Amino acid sequence: MKAAVLVFPGSNCDRDLKRAFEQAGFSVDMVWHKDTKLPEGVDLVGVPGGFSFGDYLRCGAIAAQSPISGSLKSHADRGGYVFGVCNGFQILTETKLLPGALLQNMSTRYICKTVGLRVENTQSAFTTAYEQGAVIEMPIAHHEGNYQADAKTLARLNGDGRVAFRYVENPNGAVEDIAGILSENRRVLGMMPHPERACEPLHGATDGAGVFAGLAQALVAA
Amino acid sequence: MRATVTVMLKQGVLDPQGEAVRHALGALGFEGVSGVRQGKVIELDLADGTTEDQIREMCEKLLANTVIESYQIAIS
Repeated sequence: MKAAVLVFPGSNCDRDLKRAFEQAGFSVDMVWHKDTKLPEGVDLVGVPGGFSFGDYLRCGAIAAQSPISGSLKSHADRGGYVFGVCNGFQILTETKLLPGALLQNMSTRYICKTVGLRVENTQSAFTTAYEQGAVIEMPIAHHEGNYQADAKTLARLNGDGRVAFRYVENPNGAVEDIAGILSENRRVLGMMPHPERACEPLHGATDGAGVFAGLAQALVAA
Repeated sequence: MRATVTVMLKQGVLDPQGEAVRHALGALGFEGVSGVRQGKVIELDLADGTTEDQIREMCEKLLANTVIESYQIAIS
C-alpha cells in the first residue's frame, strides 16, 4: 500500500499525516508541490493541514494551482483515494474535487480545541471503521472552517449520504454542522478536524485512528 | 494598462468579517450602519492589449472563487 503526502510551503501537518499513514501500514512518499508527477503506484494521496502559501488570496487557492495539482486531479479521476485535512480540505474545494467552500469562522476567531463529531455515514473507506451515528472526538485548529454550499449542493450531499461527519456542537458556523464531506465516488474525503492528531495513545486520544485503519483495510481488500 | 478587480462575497453568503466591522462601528457611536460587506481589491498591471476576456479568465481561474464570490473588472 502506497501513500503520498503533498507538501506546500506553509504545510505544517504533513509529517503528522505521514506518520498516521505509516502507523496504518502505508509506505509514504513526501511529494513537493513543484513536482508534476505522483510516485508510481500510489493508492492514496494525503493533502495536509497548515497554511499553504500563507493563506494568500484565499486559503488553498494558490496550492490548488501548483504544478502537482494536475496529477492530484487525475489520480482522483482514476478513482484513487484522496484525503484532505484542514487546509487540505480547503485545497480540495479550491481544486473542485469537492463542492462548496470554507469561509472564515463565524466568530472571526481562530479556534483550537477538541470537538465532538457524529459519524454520519459509514459507506466509505474513511468511515467504515466507525459505527453509524457514533460520537467521536478530534481536535480542530482553524480560522476558515465554516463550510458553505448552495442549497442544491447540500441536497445532493445529504441525498447521497456524502456528509461523513457533523459537529455535535457547531464551532464555526458551518452550514448544517458539516465537518467533512465525500466526493461522488466516495474516495475523496475532506474534513476540518484532525484525525492525524488523535490516533495514538500519546496524542491523548485515538478516535481518529479509524480513518486510517479503514483506508488500509479497503486497500488490502482491493 | 491597469485593471482593477473587485472581489466580494456573493449576496446571501454570510460575511463574518463585515459583520464584526459593523459591530465595531456601532461601538464607536456611529449609528445607522445597517450592513457592512468586506471584499478585496486587486490591481493588475497588464501588457497593453490584454483583453477583458483574458482578465475574466484570471478571475475565474484564480482571483475569485465563484462558488462564494463575485467579481467586477474595471479597466483604466
